[in-house]
Amino acid sequence: MTLALIVRRSLRQHTFSTAITALAIALAGGLLMSVWVVKEQAQKTFTQVNTGFDAVLGARSSKLQLVLNAIFHLEASPGNLALADYEYVKKHPAVKLAIPIAVGDNLRGFRMVGTLPAFLNEVEYTPGKKFALIAGQIFDPSAKEAVLGNFAARKLGLKVGDEFHPFHGLIYDEKAQHAETYRVVGVLAASNTPADKVVWIPLEGLQTMKGHDPKLATDVSAVLIQLRSPSAGFMLDMMYNKQGNRLTFAFPITAIIAELFQKIGWFDQVLTLVAYLVALVSAAGVLAAIYNSMASRRRDIAILRALGAGRFLLFGAIVIEAAVIGVIGMIVAFGIYAGIVSVVAAVIRAQTGVLIDAFAYSPIMLWAPLGMVGLCALCGLLPAWKAYQTDVAENLAPVS
Amino acid sequence: MSLLAISSLKKSFVSPDGARKGIVNVPEFSLAAGQQLALRGESGSGKTTFLHLIAGILTADSGMVRVGEREMTALSEHARDQLRAQSIGYIFQTFNLLQGYSCLENVLLGMAFGPGADHARATEMLERVGLGQRLHHRPRQLSTGQQQRVAVARALANHPKLVLADEPTGNLDRKNARESLTLIRETCRENGASLLLVSHDPEVLGAFEEVRDFAEINLALKEATP
Repeated sequence: MTLALIVRRSLRQHTFSTAITALAIALAGGLLMSVWVVKEQAQKTFTQVNTGFDAVLGARSSKLQLVLNAIFHLEASPGNLALADYEYVKKHPAVKLAIPIAVGDNLRGFRMVGTLPAFLNEVEYTPGKKFALIAGQIFDPSAKEAVLGNFAARKLGLKVGDEFHPFHGLIYDEKAQHAETYRVVGVLAASNTPADKVVWIPLEGLQTMKGHDPKLATDVSAVLIQLRSPSAGFMLDMMYNKQGNRLTFAFPITAIIAELFQKIGWFDQVLTLVAYLVALVSAAGVLAAIYNSMASRRRDIAILRALGAGRFLLFGAIVIEAAVIGVIGMIVAFGIYAGIVSVVAAVIRAQTGVLIDAFAYSPIMLWAPLGMVGLCALCGLLPAWKAYQTDVAENLAPVS
Repeated sequence: MSLLAISSLKKSFVSPDGARKGIVNVPEFSLAAGQQLALRGESGSGKTTFLHLIAGILTADSGMVRVGEREMTALSEHARDQLRAQSIGYIFQTFNLLQGYSCLENVLLGMAFGPGADHARATEMLERVGLGQRLHHRPRQLSTGQQQRVAVARALANHPKLVLADEPTGNLDRKNARESLTLIRETCRENGASLLLVSHDPEVLGAFEEVRDFAEINLALKEATP
């Protein structure tokens, strides 16, 4: 009780420095946990996103560009492949399902992707889950109809029955409006995949859009492929990538994304290092704050010693005070963490359509608070040593 | 047996010029249980050092201090802290109240390291010194005289056998000094504590039946005189 009282009163007597140092700890702890969880969850989630396909076939390019363009609807299309290529791979005995996609237009910045109805009503984008509609129906492949991904529908403010003009290109340019009018016939339920931010239209519609080269009207941008077995993927990899030089076969999709995370791993490391440094600096702030207040504390320490308090008790009180600042800081850190990851998750969702589980449990939520509190306690050792050494008689002046 | 017994007590400090200077040299001194004694001494005569040695705040170069049945000078620092917390109440000239704590918490801390904090006893002591309505006030919210009364309550809350008072009225006006002195003496009497008070104020000293010159007890003062 006495120790708690001494710590409580000391924190109250130094409210301002306690609040500032606790805030620094909170920012450091929040940043550390956010960086860690976003990194962990982004990697986990993105390497699992394949929208139900094993491979992508496209024009000669890097596998990563192909996957980013065809699965994540990011990046520019590396070019087209002929209808014959699609027909060939579709009939290949190793291929279970082949769905072509065509890109090249957008609706106010949201990418329009032409495909077959089968993509929306047959493919399981994750085991056991097919795309569902919250309104309307799937488009008629021969009509100028569109099905909106959930995020795109919300952001564009469109609903079933609304009509719109597509815009040419992958980047929105209001002067590049196409003459065709498309009608929204369906809105997808949220799937938390890149499909959520796409305006889906019939393949033929995108291929034959006015202003597109009529000679390329049967070309597709990429073919999404489900294989009968993983070994078939290696066979096709050999056929297209090693023996051929015209097309690229991106397989397996998850490994290509994992490779991307490995490539940008240094960035994670830099961020983590920065977070560690911030944590260290904020803990040093606790040391500086308490150490600098030692001059004003000496008299109180001397009085407590004169009342019979032992040196170890006062040493412990300072260490506990430093640890309590760490505890207060880390409680606030969870709020800061929640704020940061919510924003980051929203940005990732807006950019990719992928929803990361930012609040999933991660061991860092246990060891970051423990580590920070431990570090703060450690930083309390030096001022505690000063308290331990305080000369009682000298600090009980005046002397008569 | 006397409550406080001192023999051959010596303490010296190194002065800025490097020479060792004797501050306390008390061959014999004692105080009986319940006795109230005032020591007359001028500023700088080593009175505070003498009280610090008795309380175990300072260690002696040589000699013996016994409080009750325990020899303070033979104890470890931790044991001295405990003995001080259990058996000695100390009233300082500048009160030495903890400014960040309430009056009640100051008194509770005076008991915490000894017999243990007793809320009822602390409240009772503050009521006894007339501060029953100021339990949760902080020292700086009180007048100087009231602060001294908190210090008295704190010194006596843990039923000490011995109360040491170092110029306890030095910072008070005449009226408050008189009242404070009466309070210290009365509460010591009520609690059965011996009182050893040091002062240079003739009015304070005049209130005591027993007054001794510190210069007679402390030979270091004579040794220092050329």
